Order: sequence, then structure tokens, then C-alpha cells
Amino acid sequence: MDLSFFVIQALSGLASASALFVIASGLTIVFGVTRIVNFAHGSFYMLGAYMAVTIVPWLLEFDRSPTLFFVGVLASALVVGVLGVIMEVVLLRRIYRVPELFQLLATFGVVLIVQDVVLKIWGPVDITGPRAPGMRHGVEILGQRFPAYELFLIFVGPAVLGALLLIMHKTRFGVLIRAATQDREMVGALGVNQAMLFTGTLFLGAFLAGLGGALQIPRLPANTGMDLSIITEAFVVTVIGGMGSVPGAFIAALIIKMLEAFGILIFPKITLVLVFLLMAVVLVVKPWGLMGKPEVASGRAVLPEGILNLKGFSRNETVVWVVLTLALLLVPILGDTYKVKVGIEIMVFALAAFSLNLLIGNGGIVSFGHAAYFGVGAYAAGLLVTGPLKAPMELALVAAPLAGGLAAALFGYFIVRLHGIYLAMLTLAFAQITYAIFFQWVEVTGGDNGVVGVWPSRWAATREVYFYVVAVLALTSIVALRHLFYTPFGYTLRAARDSANRADAIGIDVKTHRWLAFIVAGAAAGLAGGLYSFSKGSIDPTMISIAMSIDFLMMILTGGIQTVMGPLVGTAVFHSVKDFFMPLTDFWRFFLGVSIIAIVLIFPKGVVGALDGLRERMGRRAPAPTTPPAVARETA
Amino acid sequence: MQPLLTVTGLEKRFGGVTAGKDVTFSLAAGEMLAIIGPNGAGKSTTFNMVGGQLKPDAGSIVLAGQDITGKPPREIWRLGVGRTFQIAQTFISMSVVENVQMALISHHGQTRSVKEAATRLHREAALGFLGRVGMADMADRPVNELAYGDVKRVELAIALASEPKLLLMDEPTAGMAPKERTALMQLTSDIARAHGIGVLFTEHDMDSVFGHADRILVLVRGEIIATGTPDEVRSNQRVKQVYLGEAGSQAALKARRQAAEAH
Repeated sequence: MDLSFFVIQALSGLASASALFVIASGLTIVFGVTRIVNFAHGSFYMLGAYMAVTIVPWLLEFDRSPTLFFVGVLASALVVGVLGVIMEVVLLRRIYRVPELFQLLATFGVVLIVQDVVLKIWGPVDITGPRAPGMRHGVEILGQRFPAYELFLIFVGPAVLGALLLIMHKTRFGVLIRAATQDREMVGALGVNQAMLFTGTLFLGAFLAGLGGALQIPRLPANTGMDLSIITEAFVVTVIGGMGSVPGAFIAALIIKMLEAFGILIFPKITLVLVFLLMAVVLVVKPWGLMGKPEVASGRAVLPEGILNLKGFSRNETVVWVVLTLALLLVPILGDTYKVKVGIEIMVFALAAFSLNLLIGNGGIVSFGHAAYFGVGAYAAGLLVTGPLKAPMELALVAAPLAGGLAAALFGYFIVRLHGIYLAMLTLAFAQITYAIFFQWVEVTGGDNGVVGVWPSRWAATREVYFYVVAVLALTSIVALRHLFYTPFGYTLRAARDSANRADAIGIDVKTHRWLAFIVAGAAAGLAGGLYSFSKGSIDPTMISIAMSIDFLMMILTGGIQTVMGPLVGTAVFHSVKDFFMPLTDFWRFFLGVSIIAIVLIFPKGVVGALDGLRERMGRRAPAPTTPPAVARETA
Repeated sequence: MQPLLTVTGLEKRFGGVTAGKDVTFSLAAGEMLAIIGPNGAGKSTTFNMVGGQLKPDAGSIVLAGQDITGKPPREIWRLGVGRTFQIAQTFISMSVVENVQMALISHHGQTRSVKEAATRLHREAALGFLGRVGMADMADRPVNELAYGDVKRVELAIALASEPKLLLMDEPTAGMAPKERTALMQLTSDIARAHGIGVLFTEHDMDSVFGHADRILVLVRGEIIATGTPDEVRSNQRVKQVYLGEAGSQAALKARRQAAEAH
């Protein structure tokens, strides 16, 4: 390898870093001010690209000049900025005070809606944009040709950084952004018009995302997968740089892209692993990123979001659950094949969702990547059966929870060291890394297509018998997990969630207990994944996707994370509705997105939580009629 | 008899700021020792070094003959140090008695147990500790429904559950009404004397300090400028100059008189 090769590699790394920074800077500014991690930032980026491939060619028809190209790019970014304003006014304004889990989900709802809108307007085919006039040639560098546009991009990042720093330090708006990033409550107390500040911030953030997207069109055709592919990268940049820090994002983007540019020479297949490894190491050493600051503690004791008081079953509830279980067990005898399939899926997902609620509802560990452990279990089982070993189903179903638990042990070791939004981001990052590994390791995993032929052993080959296999394993696991909530271990997790300081001061090793919980939940999800692979007869990467993780979250939120049994109800409701509606419409993602937002805004306690609330209100109202007559008699 | 707690030459710097410089003192079993001083004097720093939340740059902390310097809070707790926080820290989703049961579960090393229901463990013992702080009749109330003064009592019961030798209380009466303050400090000193527990506390409230401490230690800019009985500290000119001032001295005097009347 000669020098010129290294220089070219470094230059293309710089160009990518520059482009990534433009996008990530918007995300980090929005987080700094609003404390919302905006999933829809990736959607803004995608919209920027689609706007540009629409506007720029139209402009270039008047005159193929570089000026009009950049006018088009800026116009696209401005349009996206306005979309950001609309999102702030319509949605974000209503969710600044809800727990971060709900905020993340609501913005993901926007992602889903935008995906279907883009599909409707621009169609599923990639759209190639025009190349920038005046920058279509290559530049000779040390005897190698390097695209002029890439060279131009290298300067865009520092220019945007400079402009942002200028705004941050020289304008009132910028000073307010910095102030709010440091202490939002104080800025509010000083009488700053928060609504304007937040709206302005969203405009800036969305504008930057749109700009990043529009600038990509000469390099990358606009496509419908852009949003999720960039958002993970942008998350990683903001987390490594420190959330809220613009210079941090710049440094992080540089480090990551250089690591990728040169990592590809040494480990061509696992550059992604390198990046996430870097993130894990940075976060363990500096839990708030390279240039981030710890959250200002509010000091108040806030009632945690999650399970508040654990009640055992009342007699009525016991009867209801026994009847429900019996009814479920009768499905293969009375129901048709379709109902048996749905029944199996509900039990499998119920187990995964239930284990997730051990972490979220009971432990306050907001995991955004539970699909990783589900998927690892599914792949472990599927690959054991179809691979060279040709292992039987029984062995595969032992391996699935082991694999899920092992993955959870590995990732959880890093995850439990973090808090709040950083923790959630790391769970997401680990899930994405797992996804990438299974997606890219085509020789073993079949890549995008996955592997087919994951069938149960002969004795369990019929759907009805397999139903009972799932019933026995999933239901006993759920019963065992439920027991955990009530044991000293479960209480210890809840204690650590309520007050980590207090837990530490009474001798509880918070990290280790969280880690153990993570492993248990991972193993349960792994078992669920294994069971699922045999019911589908195949494995594929959708089982590890963000969408799958979000589905699990939706299941527990539909049921309510305040209750132990809520996730089961949530799974049944969510999965039945999804299974019923999905085939009926081409726009199920749109409807899913809308329903996610609706749940966050209207139904934050889920079905079971709402029922509990209703019962409580009725209970309070019930004795009311008896008292007034008594008073009346006295006065009479 | 060797003192319960011996702190020698403790130092701590944050960048250019010296928050602790040659801090040396000792505390006997059953004694109430108050650390006072202006804001930023290093009270909380000293306190957090003893509690394990901060690691000292130099010096040593010895508890009942055992070196605990730089150990993490949970190990220090195991060696017999209970603590309460400036803003009460309790398990807010649990009932009053469950809070104390949780401390007992940890004390008995059962936090990883998955056998029986947690609520069945140590309930009687927990009720006993709640009785000591006068909260037994509220045992089954959710802790988040209590008045703040009662939350502080629950926190005290949690801290006592491990039968500590030493109790660390960071501004125990902060955020409480005057009547509640006296009651809590009286309760603390009664328990400390009855069970021979040493109490180290920081406080801004002069009534609590001069009415209940056996000895007082005055910190200014990380250094101890005076130490002695409440009367000695009250009449110390330097303390009056740099911390108490005229109003503070008056308050201290009043507190001493009230304490004398109470006895």
C-alpha cells in the first residue's frame, strides 16, 4: 500500500465524516434543548434527499449552473425545516413532559408515518439525483483521481460547524440554545419564550438533517431505507460526542469515519463492529460522551414510570386468568389453523414482551433493542437445525435461551453502566450491530433472505402439537418470570430503579443486579425467538430489526408498563390487531405510527392501566351514594 | 477506649478548589458530632468521603479499627455505616414497611434470592425499626403519600435497619418545618444514645446543631478552624467572625438555652 492510497482513503473518510456531521449536529442540538431523542431526524434526512431529487432537476432545467444546484439544495433543506416546525407544534409540544420512553416511541411513530407518505408520493423505486454541475470531474491527487464533489463535501462540515458556532455564540437564539442545553428549567424560570425557542430549534435541527440529505443526492440515490440507516449512525455520533454538544458531534463523526475508512483495510467485514465497540468503550470510560455533561439532577423525588405497587391476584383475577389460559389451551381443539398460528405467535411474543417488562416496568432499564436477544435466540435455534450439525429441535430450544442470555450478558455488561437516554441509545446500538452481523454474514445466515427449513422434530411437526410445545415452554417461563417480580431479587431491581443512591447506601450492588436481570430477560427473549423460528419454519433479519424491538415496546405499552400482567394483554391486543389489519391495507405502517402516537398522547398507561384507573374511579364513586343520605338524616 | 471513627489528614481537591485540607477528627460511639460551616466549606465533601461517595486524595478513614478509605458506599454500609441524604432517598414505589424490609433483605444478603415473596421476609423486624422512629402505624402506607417529615423518619429507619455503628446524616432537617426538625433531632439523639451509635451530621439549622450536637466541628474553605463543645464553638471569636456572625451567635445561644431547659 502506498501513500496515495492512504491519502485517498483519508480524504473519502473526511468527506463521509463531514456529511455525517451535518446530519448529527441537528440531532444533537435538538436533544440538547428539548431533551427529546428524535427518531424522526432520519426521516427529515430522507425527506431532504427526496425534496432535492425533485426540486434540483427542476431548477437545473432552467440553467445547469452550480448556483441553481445549491439553491435547490438549500430550498430542500428549508422545506424540511418547515416540516420540523410542524412536527414540533403538532406533536413534540405535547410530549416534553412525558417519560423518555414515550417520547422515543412517539417520534418513531413519525418515522413510520413518513415512510408510508414517502412511499405514496415518490414510490418504492430509488431515485437517482443529478450530479452537481461544475463538480462532476475528478481531481488528480498523488496520481489518483478523487471526485471533486467529495472534496467539496470535506469543506461543508467545517463550514457548518463554523456557522453553528457563530450562531451559538453571536446570536441571542444561539445563546438561548446553549443556555437551555445546560439548564432548561433555569431558562424557563428566566422568562424566555420557550415555545419559540423550541420551535426555532426544531427548525434548525430539521434544516440540518434536510441539508445533509439534499447534499447526498450526487452520491446516493434517494431511497426508502435512508431514514433508519442514517439514524443509527447519527445516534452513535451524538452519543460518542456527548448529547447536546456540537463540537463533540464533529469530533465523533471524524473519529468514526476515519475508523471506518481505515478499519475496512484491516477488518473489511466488521467495520461496524469497530464503531460500536468504540461507542461502548467511550461510554464506559466517559458515560456522558466525549464532550457531554451529566444531566442536571432535578433533586425532586419523582414517581418512577413503571410498576408502582405489586398486588397479588385477587380471587376474581385468578379466575379470569385461569379461564383465559384454559380457553387458550382449547384453541387447537376448537379453532382453525389460522387461530392456532395466531395463538402460537401471541404466546411467543407475550414471553418476549413479559421479559422486556421485567427490565422496563420493574427495573427502569429502558431497552430499545430487545429484538437483539429474541433474534439471537431465533438464529441460534434456526442455524443449529439447518446448519451442518442438523441438531434436533429439542437441542435448539435449549440453545436458544442460552444464546439470548449470552448475548444479553455481553451487551448488558456495558449497558447497565449507563443511565437514562444513553442507556436506551446503547441498547439500540447493540441491537443494530446484531442486526448488521446477521444481515452481512451471508455465508452463514443467508443475509437478507435468511434460512428456511427450520422445522420442529417429527413428533411436534403438526401445528397443533407444536402449539402445545409452545404453550408449555412459554407459559411456564411467563409464570416463572412473574414470580421473579415478587421475590427479593425483583424488589431489589425495583429498589434500584426508585433510588440508585439509596440502594447503594443499603449495600445493594446496583449494576450487578441489573446485569443479572438483563441476562434473565435476554434468555427469556432468546427462548421466545427460538420458539418463533420453528413456528415460522425460517429465520430472517426482520426478527432482529428495530421494527421488532418497537413491536415489543408497543406490546408492553398497549398493556401498560405499570402492571405485571399488562404486557400479556397488550401482546394479545396488539398482535391480533396488527395481524388482522396488516393484510387489509398498504399503509399499515402509517396506521401503526398513528396508533403509537395516539397511545402516547391519550392512553399512556395502556389497556390494563386504564382499566385499573377506571375501576379505581368506580370504586371511589361507589360508596358516594351511601354517604349523602346519612348526612341528610343528621341534618334532618 | 479507641474512638469509633478516626479521620486523619483527609484531603480533596476539585481542579483548583481545595474542598478538604488536613481534615482530622474522631467520633466516639453514642456521640453526636456536627460539621458546620459556610456554603462551599467542604462539609458535604468531608461527609461524602466518609460515606464512600467520594474518594479522598490523601488521608485515612478508620471505622472501629478497620480502614475504610476509598471503599464504595455499599461496602462501607456492610461495615456498619448507615446514611440519610439531604433530599430523602427512599424506594418511592414501595410501602413504608417494604422500604425497611428491603434494607433488611440486603442486610441478610438475600437480594438475589428468588425463593419466596419479598413481602414475607423480615416484616416483624422491619415493624420494630419503624416503631423506633414512631412510624409503625403507617407501615402499610405507600411512602410517596407521606408528609416529608415522615419520609425522613422512614429514611432513618432504613438507615438503622443494618444496626449500624455509625450514622451519617447529610442535612437531616433540610426542607422540614421547625417543629418536625426538633422532633427528628431529638429522636436521632435518643436512638444514638440508647444504642451507642455514633452520629456524624452536617446542618445549617442552628437549633439542630447547638441544641443536639455533643461536639461541633467548624469547616471553612476545607480546613477545620475550630472544634469543641457547642458552648466552646459558640464563644469562639474566629467562628463568630467567619461563619456565625451576630445573628448566628444569637441563634446558637438561644438553642443552647432551650437545650438546657429541656434537660
